[in-house]
Amino acid sequence: MPAFEPVLTRNVGKPEALTLKGYRQLGGYEALAKALKMEPDAIIEEVKKSGLRGRGGAGFSAGLKWSFIPKGKDKPKYLVCNADESEPGTFKDRLLMEYDPHQLIEGCAICCYAVHATTCYIYIRGEYTKAAAILERALKEAYEGGILGDSVMGSGFKLNMWVHRGAGAYICGEETGMLESLEGKRGQPRVKPPFPAVVGAFGSPTVINNVETLCNVPHIIERGADWFKAIGTDERNTGPKLYAISGHVERPGTYEYPIGVTFRELLEGCGGMYKGGNLKAFIPGGASAPILPAEHIDIKMDFDTVAKAGSMLGSAAVMVMDDKTCMVGSVARLAKFFNHESCGQCTPCREGTNWMELVLKRLEHGEGSEADKTLLLSVCNHIGGNSLCALGDAAIGPVKSLVERYPDEIDQHVREKRCPFPRRRYFS
Amino acid sequence: MSVSEPATGAAPVSGHAGLPPEAKAELDEIRRRYPTNEAALLPALHIAQKVWGGWLPDEAIQAVARELDLAPAKVYGVVTFYDLYHQKPVGRHRIRVCTNLSCQLRGSEEIMETLHQELGVGEDEVTPDGRVSYVHFECLGSCDTAPMMMVDETYQENLTPDRVRQILKGLK
Ligand SMILES: Cc1cc2nc3c(=O)[nH]c(=O)nc-3n(C[C@H](O)[C@H](O)[C@H](O)COP(=O)(O)O)c2cc1C
Ligand code: SF4
Ligand code: FES
Repeated sequence: MPAFEPVLTRNVGKPEALTLKGYRQLGGYEALAKALKMEPDAIIEEVKKSGLRGRGGAGFSAGLKWSFIPKGKDKPKYLVCNADESEPGTFKDRLLMEYDPHQLIEGCAICCYAVHATTCYIYIRGEYTKAAAILERALKEAYEGGILGDSVMGSGFKLNMWVHRGAGAYICGEETGMLESLEGKRGQPRVKPPFPAVVGAFGSPTVINNVETLCNVPHIIERGADWFKAIGTDERNTGPKLYAISGHVERPGTYEYPIGVTFRELLEGCGGMYKGGNLKAFIPGGASAPILPAEHIDIKMDFDTVAKAGSMLGSAAVMVMDDKTCMVGSVARLAKFFNHESCGQCTPCREGTNWMELVLKRLEHGEGSEADKTLLLSVCNHIGGNSLCALGDAAIGPVKSLVERYPDEIDQHVREKRCPFPRRRYFS
Repeated sequence: MSVSEPATGAAPVSGHAGLPPEAKAELDEIRRRYPTNEAALLPALHIAQKVWGGWLPDEAIQAVARELDLAPAKVYGVVTFYDLYHQKPVGRHRIRVCTNLSCQLRGSEEIMETLHQELGVGEDEVTPDGRVSYVHFECLGSCDTAPMMMVDETYQENLTPDRVRQILKGLK
């Protein structure tokens, strides 16, 4: 394989990218200039053709989503950039915003032009104060430099873009929870349909895309859909991809590869296992993704291959665990997270996530019974398909995989009446 | 997410009747960005929390409600939903320790224990001198530098117990 030239992270480590002048010297805003000379529909077509799929978790075609925005001029249209990044294990969007804010602004601007949106909100999680400040500064420069405002790069296209800070709630990463939160409400997801493309922010058609998704857009416009499609596994899994790797590896961090790099290559790329340990398992796509045992080491890390293996690529947050890791204690921590973050609207999710935390903690503390496995699966079945948003289904992913793939480890906790992994302590 | 009922009752009388002029100006600038009043609520609460020293007493909530022409009950409902808004006093310095999985795998439990030992108070309690309070927190998006914690608005990364002690010494 020829060496892969970074696309999304090419400006990381170049401090000049933080200023408008520096970003332009690096070739920035040329894609926007090119886009402004194209027909909006032609941009949507190009993005569709590129095969770009959403990088926020669900992997939906970005171009197709844009094409759902109605053409009528009766209502304003919005773009909401999802910079909530609260999926445990995920830290890639922070890197994109802190090191290359103009790349994101450029991607947002092209999307807005394509769907005729005149306002864009970048909804960023409240804890990311540094990234928010960097974006604010970049936006200010973009306004002053005529990139934003009444006439984007002199084209006559009017566009406003603002940073909107969240206040600490994972559920606001769910797209309709985010819209509620943007409107100043509790971030409780809405019933769909209607979909945001028709009734979104402030009752108007709205596109919601992830930071990384939008950062791909300038490159697609500049180099073309065919270039983009040539990167990756196949025509359904295309383009460059950021992988956020954490846990038991020597050099955790954000790494860029063609989508579909194998897990083994990822692991080698970050210096292998932490202190030479042995791989036990990994979570390929953030806390919502079922755990994969070590035998999947050669899996291609793209949407479809990971789904076929019974997990999901999600946000491509890869959490690596060595053989001294307690799976019960690990999943108990994730269950605690989902219980805390359930917005409480749907009974199965609110009660079920509570039960899962309780039962898993009891098992971890050596106070469970073998029947708890059946109980956990039954709770999973009650939540699955019975909840309003995808948080419910996300919460059962890791739990189900624990019971199905590590039953012996649960039994050992029950038999020995304690956690058999004394070396590490597990928060609960 | 907290689903507790909002506190009710009369606002205590104290120094700030409403938002001070600078805060009001900052809010007015932000309000222009949205088509509705209500949409400025999260930013307004961030501003108010800074004015009131890191938490939102009843009078802060009343002031925001008045400023944006919203029912106080509605503002309470929003405040209770989000983890970054506080309804009781916090230390002058607020520490949030990530204990989610990637940090747990790399020793966040030890960080929590160190804080407990050094500060002599439990989670979410304020040290008697009012200096620090700490809580465990969900993933802060810095899993590659685990274990980590947020001290006020700064990320402190790749922590060890010694490093935590050193950081605590620096907090006045
Ligand atoms: C509970 C929950 C949390 C989510 N959190 C995020 C998030 O933090 N960032 C994100 O981009 N998408 C998140 N999503 C996915 C969004 O709902 C939405 O699919 C995404 O922002 C669409 O953008 P994309 O198509 O570009 O990926 C979350 C979904 C759910 C159900
Ligand atoms: S599934 Fe859970 S998080 Fe989603 S709307 Fe229902 S209660 Fe809220
Ligand atoms: S798990 Fe601790 S920062 Fe993500």
